[in-house]
Amino acid sequence: MEASITLKKIKEGFGNDVIEVDSPFQQDTVVIAPSALLPVATFLKEDPELQYNYLMDLTAVDYWKRKPRFEVVYHFLSVANSFRLRLKVPVAEPEPKVDSLTSLWPGANWYEREVYDMFGIQFTGHPDLRRILLYPEFEGHPLRKDYPIKRRQPLIGPKH
Amino acid sequence: MFLNVGPAHPATHGVIQIRTELDGEIVRKADVEIGYLHRAFEKHCEEATYTQCFPYSDRLNYVSPLISNFGFAAAVETLMDLQVPERCNYIRVILSEISRLTDHLTCIGASAMELGAFSVFLYMVKAREWLYELIESVTGARLTISYGRVGGVKADLPEGFEKECRAALKKTREVLKEVDELLTGNRIFYDRMRGVGVISARDAIAYGITGPFLRSTGEAYDVRKAFPYFVYDRFEFDVPVGEHGDNYSRYLVRMEEMQQSIRIIEQALDSLPEGPTNVDPEGEIIEPDLMSDLGKYGKTSGLLKNEVLIQPTLQGSEKRYHDRIAAPTKEAWLPPKEQVYSNIEALMNHFKIIMLGHGLRPPPGEVYFPVEGANGELGFYIVSDGTDRPWRVRCHPPCFPIMAALGSILEGDQMADIVPTFGSVNMIAGELDR
Repeated sequence: MEASITLKKIKEGFGNDVIEVDSPFQQDTVVIAPSALLPVATFLKEDPELQYNYLMDLTAVDYWKRKPRFEVVYHFLSVANSFRLRLKVPVAEPEPKVDSLTSLWPGANWYEREVYDMFGIQFTGHPDLRRILLYPEFEGHPLRKDYPIKRRQPLIGPKH
Repeated sequence: MFLNVGPAHPATHGVIQIRTELDGEIVRKADVEIGYLHRAFEKHCEEATYTQCFPYSDRLNYVSPLISNFGFAAAVETLMDLQVPERCNYIRVILSEISRLTDHLTCIGASAMELGAFSVFLYMVKAREWLYELIESVTGARLTISYGRVGGVKADLPEGFEKECRAALKKTREVLKEVDELLTGNRIFYDRMRGVGVISARDAIAYGITGPFLRSTGEAYDVRKAFPYFVYDRFEFDVPVGEHGDNYSRYLVRMEEMQQSIRIIEQALDSLPEGPTNVDPEGEIIEPDLMSDLGKYGKTSGLLKNEVLIQPTLQGSEKRYHDRIAAPTKEAWLPPKEQVYSNIEALMNHFKIIMLGHGLRPPPGEVYFPVEGANGELGFYIVSDGTDRPWRVRCHPPCFPIMAALGSILEGDQMADIVPTFGSVNMIAGELDR
């Protein structure tokens, strides 16, 4: 299959930082090195031909026992071209950390707070990184694969 | 002055807290706190099989649960490369649009009630009741429907659905006209809504806002048009856009969207395809027992082209209906219940799909499937590792980005404007907090 224009342009501009390029189910997917996240995101947003004006979704996946352990997943949308792009950034333990996109999209603020809440991934440059869905006293990060689904929290107390 | 609105406030239609900093009547700063209804949807899905995720997805949006149900099913189908039958796609479109109607009716009715127009709320809930009854006749439940399935839907439309649906839509249209006369030109309503809660198209896009909230600013992005799914590309409908991005524009956009939804449903009902049925060469339906008789006399030319129904009772059964709403792949689709109870093959098939450790096994991979929810783009991002349980299910809730922007929208408005602005967000805590 012929690579789409987005994938071509990213490969041309950021060849050294691109780890993997794929299009499963006609959905363009790029894996890039964490250091290139901000330049690539800026490029996607500002390139006149691509115009990825939307940061539609931001989440993470915990590939437990794989190295690097986490992957932060961004879904971009270009309304003008009806393009979608999935951008993935591998993040390694023990201190998972990735650049924040709040400077480009204010909407990234809450998404990053949620990823921090659920996975414990830090976002450098985030103005207000604290828990969003859970409460401050919550211990651990529940969407990590090593968080047991039946663990009880100290505020809730032991069973019986 | 600092004032807490919520978490238990009559005007918050879900549990949410808005911490406001007031200067007289003017809101200087508003900090929105969410998470009161967090039920760990995503974590639960990782522990459940794909089939068991459906009841969880009902509870995401409790005003239009069918849309999230179908969205999840469509995402898994993409992952498994399944094609669902025509009729199933039409059923999905019809029920999604009915859900959009119920959602918008609730939203407008509730926000009008908060501004004092209590009769509008009663009218709209009355119309919603007719639509809920339709949904109940199809799915067997009003809210916890669990009607979507990977590769199809649970059951075919009941007898006489089309007639009832058309009648309900006709009555709903009348209600919409009534409400339009009561609200659109109403001085009090207009003054409370106009110029309040304004957001520009640029800001809305920067926050990632979609749906009616975005379209009220003039940007015509709609998943149904931009990335048609199911069979939305076959219907004619318009995407209404507003001008000012204020509460009044959002009200108008929602009202017009309901008209468009009715239009889509009526077109879908007109062209609702029948699945494979037993017909003779002239197109007349023949009973299964007569069919074998024809064969005996050597009149088989018509039979070869058509499907013969074999049933122990020869009375015709659910099997025929089953084929037209479900994909013909044994790996994905649950066999009809009467077969499960009557023969061993279907029982084994059922077991293989339902039991933990067997189940559907989409190939390893990942997929993002967006559908147009009532509040905007509802996306499911599913990562499969090849086992019967999803490795990761991410639901992109449409009102999450709107709530993220709510604080900045409220700033500069009056204290009393919090209520209509928050009403026009149409926050559904179930999908916001998951």
